[in-house]
Amino acid sequence: MTYSPHTDAERARMLEAIGVGSVDDLFDDVPPAVRATGFGLPPPLTEQEVRAELGRLAGRNRVPEISFLGAGVYRHLVPAVVGEVIGRSEFATAYTPYQPEVSQGTLQSIYEFQSLICELTGMEVASASHYDGATATAEAALMACRLTRRHRIVVSTGLNPEYRRVLRTYCSGPGVEIVEVPADLAEGGSGTTHADAARQALGDSIACLVAQQPNFYGQLEPMSELAEAAHGAGAQLVAVVEPVSLALLEPPGSYGADIVTAEGQPLGIPASFGGPYVGLMAARMDSVRQMPGRLVGATRDVRNQRGYVLTLQAREQHIRREKAASNICTNQALCALAATAYLIAVGPEGLREVAVAGTTQVRHIAAALEAAGLAERRFTGPYFAEVALRMPRATARREALLARGMVAGYPLERDEAALADTLLLAATELTTDDQVERLVDALQATP
Amino acid sequence: MSVADTRPAAAAPGGSDTSGRGSAFRSGTPEGDGVTVVEPLIFEHSRPGRRAVRFPSPSAAARQAAASQPRVPDPLRRRAAPRLPEVSELDLVRHFNRLSHLNFAIDLGFYPLGSCTMKYNPKVNEWAAHLPGFADSHPLDPAPLSQGSLELQWLLAELLKEVSGFAAVSLQPAAGAHGELTGMLMARAYHASRGEGEQRTTVLVPDSAHGTNPATASMVGYATVTIRSNERGGIDLQALREALGPETAALMITNPSTLGIFEDQIDQVIAAVHEAGALAYMDGANLNAILGRFRAGEAGFDLMHFNLHKTFSTPHGGGGPGAGPVGASDRMAPFLPTPLPLLEAGDPEEVRRNAWRGRSTPGGRFALEQPDARPTSIGKVRAFTGNFGTHVRAYAYIRSNGADGLRSVSNDAVLAANYLRVRLSDAYELPYDRICKHEVIFSGRRQKRANGVTTLDIAKALLDEGIHPPTIYFPLIVDEALMIEPTETESLETLERFVEVMHDIARRASQDPAALRASPRHTPVGRLDEAGAARRPDLRYRFPDGADSAPAGPTEP
Amino acid sequence: MSSTSVPAELRYSKEHEWVRDEDGRATIGITSYAADELGDIVFVELPDVGARLTQFAAFGVVESVKAVSDLFAPLSGEVVEVNEALRTQPELLNQDSYGEGWIARVSIGNPSELDQLLDADAYHELTGQP
Repeated sequence: MTYSPHTDAERARMLEAIGVGSVDDLFDDVPPAVRATGFGLPPPLTEQEVRAELGRLAGRNRVPEISFLGAGVYRHLVPAVVGEVIGRSEFATAYTPYQPEVSQGTLQSIYEFQSLICELTGMEVASASHYDGATATAEAALMACRLTRRHRIVVSTGLNPEYRRVLRTYCSGPGVEIVEVPADLAEGGSGTTHADAARQALGDSIACLVAQQPNFYGQLEPMSELAEAAHGAGAQLVAVVEPVSLALLEPPGSYGADIVTAEGQPLGIPASFGGPYVGLMAARMDSVRQMPGRLVGATRDVRNQRGYVLTLQAREQHIRREKAASNICTNQALCALAATAYLIAVGPEGLREVAVAGTTQVRHIAAALEAAGLAERRFTGPYFAEVALRMPRATARREALLARGMVAGYPLERDEAALADTLLLAATELTTDDQVERLVDALQATP
Repeated sequence: MSVADTRPAAAAPGGSDTSGRGSAFRSGTPEGDGVTVVEPLIFEHSRPGRRAVRFPSPSAAARQAAASQPRVPDPLRRRAAPRLPEVSELDLVRHFNRLSHLNFAIDLGFYPLGSCTMKYNPKVNEWAAHLPGFADSHPLDPAPLSQGSLELQWLLAELLKEVSGFAAVSLQPAAGAHGELTGMLMARAYHASRGEGEQRTTVLVPDSAHGTNPATASMVGYATVTIRSNERGGIDLQALREALGPETAALMITNPSTLGIFEDQIDQVIAAVHEAGALAYMDGANLNAILGRFRAGEAGFDLMHFNLHKTFSTPHGGGGPGAGPVGASDRMAPFLPTPLPLLEAGDPEEVRRNAWRGRSTPGGRFALEQPDARPTSIGKVRAFTGNFGTHVRAYAYIRSNGADGLRSVSNDAVLAANYLRVRLSDAYELPYDRICKHEVIFSGRRQKRANGVTTLDIAKALLDEGIHPPTIYFPLIVDEALMIEPTETESLETLERFVEVMHDIARRASQDPAALRASPRHTPVGRLDEAGAARRPDLRYRFPDGADSAPAGPTEP
Repeated sequence: MSSTSVPAELRYSKEHEWVRDEDGRATIGITSYAADELGDIVFVELPDVGARLTQFAAFGVVESVKAVSDLFAPLSGEVVEVNEALRTQPELLNQDSYGEGWIARVSIGNPSELDQLLDADAYHELTGQP
């Protein structure tokens, strides 16, 4: 199946107009020595066959009936209206809004996205979005280096290990050194980053402190104290947050974050085996010129109508080339549109309901497993919508539960040897009482 | 030059919707200052207490159990709820449908935006990406639950290897520029592994290159050296040889170039780069021109990124998401990002053969590489394994087309571009008058010199004709550039109409230049004050005074 | 504003900066020719007061909607004052390049450097204006 409209007669007409005998003549400029010798792809398929093949592959995935897996990606209800909005081909099949007169739909929706992210984070300016939360965080760290003209950063190990890996890769290019400040993983510890430890790692050559709220273990970090520690050393605080949590938690703008990043996936974007997602980034207005990525601004047209344009473009690669703030070119516009439609669909009350449901059910899980004597909380102190639970033979029992179509969270020993036999369990509004009961039953049946 | 020349433009009489679907808009809502509003911001639709989606409350039992657990301490709580808009679901739907009417899109009309490959985005690909088995697949689900996702990624990488002639492909990069970053980090790692990390500090980039190339080089700490093009639009081989040296890390070259020209000395270019101990990186942005004709890996390139959203038809989404997989030669493969999808059990040949016939292979098992399994890897450039939804669409596209289809994609794309080249060369200056590939570059110099009509004016006049303008003012080495990429999916009638409109604009440029400079007249908004937007940035909605946030509601737990 | 104006009393660099010598202090800016070439200027990155400039080295950046250009010091010296108005009204560079659009005042380190600059006629010729 091809999507070319041309008949052979039309092709012949075009070749004649061009003045060549065959289409092969149009490829004479490929030097004979390096012409393709093979192209061993399978034969074409009809739509019916394509559907069968893609159906086969999708069918080989087994979506668990019950899952308490989060660890940075959360299964939430995606309201039908969100799919409807981003499915409109006027949005989906448009390119970057370089011609603003015929791109006001995309431009205004990005302006609304930026406004929503500012409101949610309490920050002054938000970018039009990044590839994902991890790359947004890496870009934020490099941005802090430009702002402070320093070349070392401090990263809390409470930061999602995927993000830490991406940070390492991004920093290896320009040679930015990473110093890790460990979260308190000791027995009876809080699982969080102590401000004293952060202060020790900071010094007068550190560009920023990167910390996550709630952190990877679901624990609540003392962000105000971490901000103070960073600022005391002339460094910036890069706060990595979870957007749904901001319905209940203090916005980063209030505790002194300088740059805020987040994975926007929980806002109406399916898990989709890791992407596409949308990276959020927000900052203070006085650092906007070092901010990477697209920005949309409001202005007026010649008819005195309100309109929107890509703005402050001189920061970007297509103008500044080797001096650009970043090489980033695309944003994740369609995913940003999904997040925009989601935040509007749920509104302030709905976002609060989602956050309350997750925080309540995760406590329900912890309480039920503790009451049954099956598990104990690995850390002391408050957590948000994810909890680290220790239980004997955790990894083996998680395997056993898999056979019952249940994913009992994320095994933390994968990243930290100190967290053996500890599972990270997440809840969202999709988590039901029945699922919690079945988890308890299944663990009881799997000693 | 600036777009913000606020020359007087007569407002289009009677509404401004050119979608042909009838205007859903009033002629504009007046605001203070004489400004009118085409569609209010969603914040301006908001009414306190209005709601769309609701969620069930946790049960009393759940709440009671939760009460035994630590609460979120008061100092960490938000004191005022975020002022998100409060609208009904119908308000939301109308708002975004109205906004969608203000957009141009491939599904509405001809979009010959050079270097962007705005081809048709097949609908069956969307259907595939939305299959629940894919959409609900968690990236950290244990491998036994994700066999379909892993097999698809493994198969797509196999297909891309065959398309490009490379030894290995990583699907992780999320965009073309992200693929470039990956490639340059790999170049660094390669040179470091040979003890030449300190020595090799520069990257060579032709003057016709996309801005991401030099920006990428800087991001990994390389200095950029610009290589001039020759009078035929190719890289100047002599200049390249002079620039190459023991300090050169890599050449980044777009082929076909942004001038739409295949580098007809590419074999010599690659040889010269390798002779200097440097790496040859191909920017694969323009792969749509050469499918089945030229395979970068086979030709000797060390690295290349693909743009799945260009060549392989995944929708551009108004500026993303896309995907920028990277292909690597044998010697570069060890440095690819981790994790790669692996065939853990089973014979690759058998698995491919079965999959091409729509069958699973009994005993075939897929897994992700362990995070630290390959110490030479540059690590991760993105969380998880990339934009999987984009991978699904690209896989569906390649399978639909097959070998013959993909060959004809490039044949027809090149045919269309050359057809426009010969049909428009009487009206517009053609700086490089030779066979082109997927796109053709004209210059608006003649119109500017004779009539004071700029390429920007020509672009804006096209908007009034329901045609998206070509890429303009790029590449930088062509004055008043018009970069036209028709793609293979546009019919001859569409191409003919474009020719007719471009001829008409050339005629009007000499007869009534003032009218052209006043275009567009029939778009929802006219030319916008971009200078004003940049001088006094307004990047977010400002709540009217007194619109305080409601206190955050009860926040158990 | 006229793109052909080249005030006779000023000195010019080939990089399109002008200098007004005021008894040991120099006011510097960019020429109206340069401002026209850049288009609508939207941002000027000013040097810090106290910064030391080196003749013909970059000391700041000027941005228009679609272009970026370095500012090159027409002569060496210490910055004693910058034009704060440009932070909120960068358009002054387009509107009044030789007046309200001045960029910085500099204490002249080496007066002989002025001899390496162009006079109005030579600059006029450089820009090839009619």
